[in-house]
Amino acid sequence: MTNPTGFRPNMEQAAGAAAPSAEVGAGGATRGLVYEEPLLFERGSQGSRTGVSLPPPEADPGELPAELVRGEIKELPALGELEVVRHFTRLSAWNYGIDTGFYPLGSCTMKYNPKSSEALARLPGFAQAHPLLPEALAQGSLELMYELERALSEISGFAATTLVPAAGAQGELTGVMMIRAFHVAHGNPRRKVLVPDTSHGTNPATCAQNGYQVVQLPSGADGRLHPETVRDAMDEDVAAIMITNPNTLGIFESHIAEIAALVHAKGGLVYGDGANLNALLGVARPGDMGFDVMQFNLHKTFATPHGGGGPGSGPVAVGEKLVPFLPLPLVVREEERYRLVEEERERPQTIGRLREFHGNFGMFVRALALIREYGPAGLRATGQLAVLNANYLRARLKDVYHLPYATDSLHEVVFTDKGLKPTGATTMDVAKRLIDHGFHPPTVYFPLVVQGALMIEPTETESKETLDQFVLGMRAVAEQAKSDPEGLKAAPVKPVRARLDETRAARRPILRWRPGMKVE
Amino acid sequence: MRYHPHTPEEIREMLAAVGVDSLDDLFRSVPEPLRLARPLAVRPPLDEIALFSEMRRLSARNEVAHPPFIGAGAYPHHVPPVVDQLLLRGEFFTAYTPYQPEVSQGTLQALFEWQTLVCLLTGLEVANASMYDGASATAEAALMAVRLTGRRKVVVSAALHPHYRRVLGTYLASTHDEVVTVPWNAEGRTDQPALERAVDGATAAVVLGYPNFFGVVDRVDEAARLAREKGALSVAVTTEAVALGLLRGPGELGADVATGTFQSFGNPLNFGGPAPGFFAAREAHVRQMPGRLCGATLDKLGRRGFVLTLSTREQHIRREKATSNICTNAGLCALAATIHLALLGRRGLHDLARLNHARGRTLREAMRRAGFKLLFGGPTFNEMAFDVGDAEAVVARLAARGLAAGVALGRFYPDDPRMKAGLLCAATELHTPELIAMLAEAVREARARP
Repeated sequence: MTNPTGFRPNMEQAAGAAAPSAEVGAGGATRGLVYEEPLLFERGSQGSRTGVSLPPPEADPGELPAELVRGEIKELPALGELEVVRHFTRLSAWNYGIDTGFYPLGSCTMKYNPKSSEALARLPGFAQAHPLLPEALAQGSLELMYELERALSEISGFAATTLVPAAGAQGELTGVMMIRAFHVAHGNPRRKVLVPDTSHGTNPATCAQNGYQVVQLPSGADGRLHPETVRDAMDEDVAAIMITNPNTLGIFESHIAEIAALVHAKGGLVYGDGANLNALLGVARPGDMGFDVMQFNLHKTFATPHGGGGPGSGPVAVGEKLVPFLPLPLVVREEERYRLVEEERERPQTIGRLREFHGNFGMFVRALALIREYGPAGLRATGQLAVLNANYLRARLKDVYHLPYATDSLHEVVFTDKGLKPTGATTMDVAKRLIDHGFHPPTVYFPLVVQGALMIEPTETESKETLDQFVLGMRAVAEQAKSDPEGLKAAPVKPVRARLDETRAARRPILRWRPGMKVE
Repeated sequence: MRYHPHTPEEIREMLAAVGVDSLDDLFRSVPEPLRLARPLAVRPPLDEIALFSEMRRLSARNEVAHPPFIGAGAYPHHVPPVVDQLLLRGEFFTAYTPYQPEVSQGTLQALFEWQTLVCLLTGLEVANASMYDGASATAEAALMAVRLTGRRKVVVSAALHPHYRRVLGTYLASTHDEVVTVPWNAEGRTDQPALERAVDGATAAVVLGYPNFFGVVDRVDEAARLAREKGALSVAVTTEAVALGLLRGPGELGADVATGTFQSFGNPLNFGGPAPGFFAAREAHVRQMPGRLCGATLDKLGRRGFVLTLSTREQHIRREKATSNICTNAGLCALAATIHLALLGRRGLHDLARLNHARGRTLREAMRRAGFKLLFGGPTFNEMAFDVGDAEAVVARLAARGLAAGVALGRFYPDDPRMKAGLLCAATELHTPELIAMLAEAVREARARP
């Protein structure tokens, strides 16, 4: 029988696994037993096996109109519990997580996800609470949400926070909707939003989704946005400016107060993308710098797990002038009782609802657990050590990788592949070869204003020892670029798959399994 | 602090390598007036034991001694422990979006399996890698229909989950698209003549629940036919996905888009989130779909592997021209659903759906014996509305006994006096016949002795 994954036993030699540069000693990656594993649907799908144990139905359910009823779905797998356990255990071994090793993915704040938080989120009182429980039966959840709302407002320096949005991008959407509602309430929604060229892609996409025209602003030679640039672009048709601070180059927008004053003078509002809040925890607060609204990414700053792409949680904090527009529901305390405000009649200016229920409560438990464990000093140390780690890597790597901006870095640092140009090696090659050394690559080719960007964010939970290993790995890759550029191009050789053909995937999309599926 | 591994000596060495004297000096780019001159006013730190004690205090203030008889968009189901054990493998759990496919094949293959499962259950051709939740997925479906048809009117059944309708309203308010609501009939289904009047040549989408908010199996086939005649898209929304183990997939009935949540598979209630929203559509519309898509390809040695694909629809490439601003979704929740569905398999899914439908029937019979009639005549799966007189009062009286009896429909339809009597209840495999009998008796008592 041929293996449906296309694996052949002699592949290691073909892949040139015996690369001349030793990787062990940096990240320490070597090979364990990794299994070829077919899709669920390609495993024994005959017969009536199941992996669940259910009681028989005690009543005859057969009373739905026949035209509505389907039989068994024959393409579904038929596996026992052990088969399912092995399938997913094997798949997990093909993955790299923070628990596996260093994950310096810039802008994503891949810090350690405490195991305590997982146990706490699974307390039956939290995990089994229905969102529509009568309020008298859900006081614990509501108190927790109230407490988190207060803590986030204090940490960010704003008047109030909505916990509702599901992720940073929905938080942005919420923020821009509130900005629009504010302007509508003042008689004119305005048409434009200013967005610096260093911004996350979600910023312009959010503006467009709200019907705003995006005006891109160039950052200066020092990587910062300058007041003159804003002054020239600012008029009374600009609803807001969206600024990430520190920006995606890891640089603090030092002119923020002046920029905010310019925008406010023309009646505009200042939106803060809080993706990089980790840098400022306990050190400075966006609400004190002129921002009117900012989203959090609890899965970044407050260590809730990224889960392979979610769930996130993107609460949005606002200053006084946007409080009336906050989405529903909101938690309020009335003497010793907590209550959800759900109806427009109590909040006539609200932008409305954004979620089916109250937000990603499971993430609220984890975020509050971290805030409670850290306390004021721990939060401040988080910001300081995140910045220390990034600056340490910058200091140890700037002689081998080109640093496009000499400006001070905060929590992340951006290098480029410029110095490697004569060797033919690119940022992508560096990223792929780092995998063989046992590290997750940094964010690559972002921000867009930097050619061949390598964006490194170590976070505060990494030890000096790990950072030193990473420095060795990065230096070894730079060295290999000179001595053996072909070896770099062949990377990675250690993971379960070599470089994947993304063009093929997009040209003839295969987005689901079908019987007899073949990728050719 | 256990999550900060730095020793004081290391901090000194690192500061020296950076070339500054103190941690504060690292922040010299932050102008002095913008710095916080005091400690944050958050509560003092807790050790792990104190933290657990505080969180247990909070969790104990929620009443979860028995499974609630509440559905209304989130359903209490049994989650086999296998799901959580596998989910908690750090390689899944602590990974991010699979931007580097060579070290993310586990996440990617599981997403490909999820996409396939969503297609199989909905009877549609393509599905994305998950959405925030069912409500925002439904709003995105309406926005997709607007893009595809170039029209601005979205027709929504009043029997669609009221929260979903409000989310749709919020999203469409910012794009100035029009929402038209169509009433239900005595069966609790979308009123067909009213729907025919509402759907016209300016309609982009027709949206209805399947089963709908009242637990009634709505006429997706009729809505789809009508939409097709007028050149609009039909969107079927499923909040109780176990129903799809017994009911025909919306795609088979002609729907162009299926959205909703797979919370019922492998995801606990979590007070409403997170849970995996899903989005399935026809192949022809794939390039207008929101969200991430995982596709199969080959590696340079010819082995099958998976990557995120068609990303030219997405914000990180297209910026303001993207189909949506969605980035992070609900990947881990989708994985939980995938694991649960793998355990269930063909036979188990069918059995679970039959069992849920049977529990619905047991609930109906028990309530009938206790003297309560159904509010609507249409066919139901595992959720239904009863006429209990004053539903708010019944809910409050039972809450005082620690019992979550269901939800009063009046709170969702405050302007409709007919709904004041409606108590919406759900029964799943967690509600044994004894528990159901207890509920029916308790509702009877609450009604009899105010």
